[in-house]
Amino acid sequence: MSTSSTEAAGPAHVAPVFAALGDETRLALIARLCEGGPLSIARLTTGSDLTRQAITKHLGVLARAGLVSGVRQGRERIWALDPAHLKEARGWLDEISLQWDRALDRLRKFVED
Amino acid sequence: MDTDRAPQSRVWQALTRAEEFGAWFEVKLDGAFTPGAHVVGTVDSKRYGQLTVDFMVERLEPERLFSYRWHPNPVGKDDFSKEPTTLVEFRLSEVPGGTRLTVIESGFDKLPPERRADSFRSNDAGWAEQMKRIERYVDK
Repeated sequence: MSTSSTEAAGPAHVAPVFAALGDETRLALIARLCEGGPLSIARLTTGSDLTRQAITKHLGVLARAGLVSGVRQGRERIWALDPAHLKEARGWLDEISLQWDRALDRLRKFVED
Repeated sequence: MDTDRAPQSRVWQALTRAEEFGAWFEVKLDGAFTPGAHVVGTVDSKRYGQLTVDFMVERLEPERLFSYRWHPNPVGKDDFSKEPTTLVEFRLSEVPGGTRLTVIESGFDKLPPERRADSFRSNDAGWAEQMKRIERYVDK
C-alpha cells in the first residue's frame, strides 16, 4: 500500500472508478487491455458477443472514469489502460481494508479475553 | 475473522452492545444499537484528530446479522450527511468450538462522483492481481 496515493484519494475521487468497473463487460474490457496491451476496437470486438457500437459505448464509460484512453491512429482508435485512477481506488480500498483488519484483531482479542 | 474460543453469543454481544463495540472499535458512542437508530460516534484519530462517525443502524437478527450504514473513511471535509453511504454487514456463523465473523462493506460504487484530482501517470504493474478486490468489498 502506498501512503502517498491513499492520502491523495478520497471517496469522491474513487467512486467513479468503482461505478465504471461495476459491470461485467467493462471489467472484461479492462482485463483484455491489461493482458493484451493497447488494442483497437476491432480487436476488442473479436471474440465478443457485443457489437462494435456497444464496445465503444463501454469504452466511453471507462474513459470518463479515467480508466482507459484512446488515441486515434489512422482510421482507428487504439485503446489503452490508464492505471493511475485504478491505483488510487485500490489504495483507498487497501486503507479501509487495513482499518478493518486492525479493528477485527482488536475484536478477536476482546471476545477471547 | 474466526475465533475458536468465543461462542456466537459472545461475539454478538461484542458487536451489538454499544459500550462493547466502542471498546474494540475505539469509538465513543452516544446511544444503543437498535434497528433504525442513528448513533453518533466520536473517534480520536492520530492522523486526523477527532472525527465524528454516524452509524445508521439497519438490522439486528440475534446472533446472525448486524448491519448499519455509514460514510466510510469520513475525512477530508466536515459534512458528509448529504452523501450516499456504504452498508456494513456483520454475519456470524458457527465453526467448531467458536465463531466465524464475516464483514462485508458494500456500495462503494454509489459514493458521489465529483471532480477528480489530477493524478500522475504511473506504470505500476501490481494492480492487476488486485482487480478481484475492487468494486464492492472489504471481506475478512
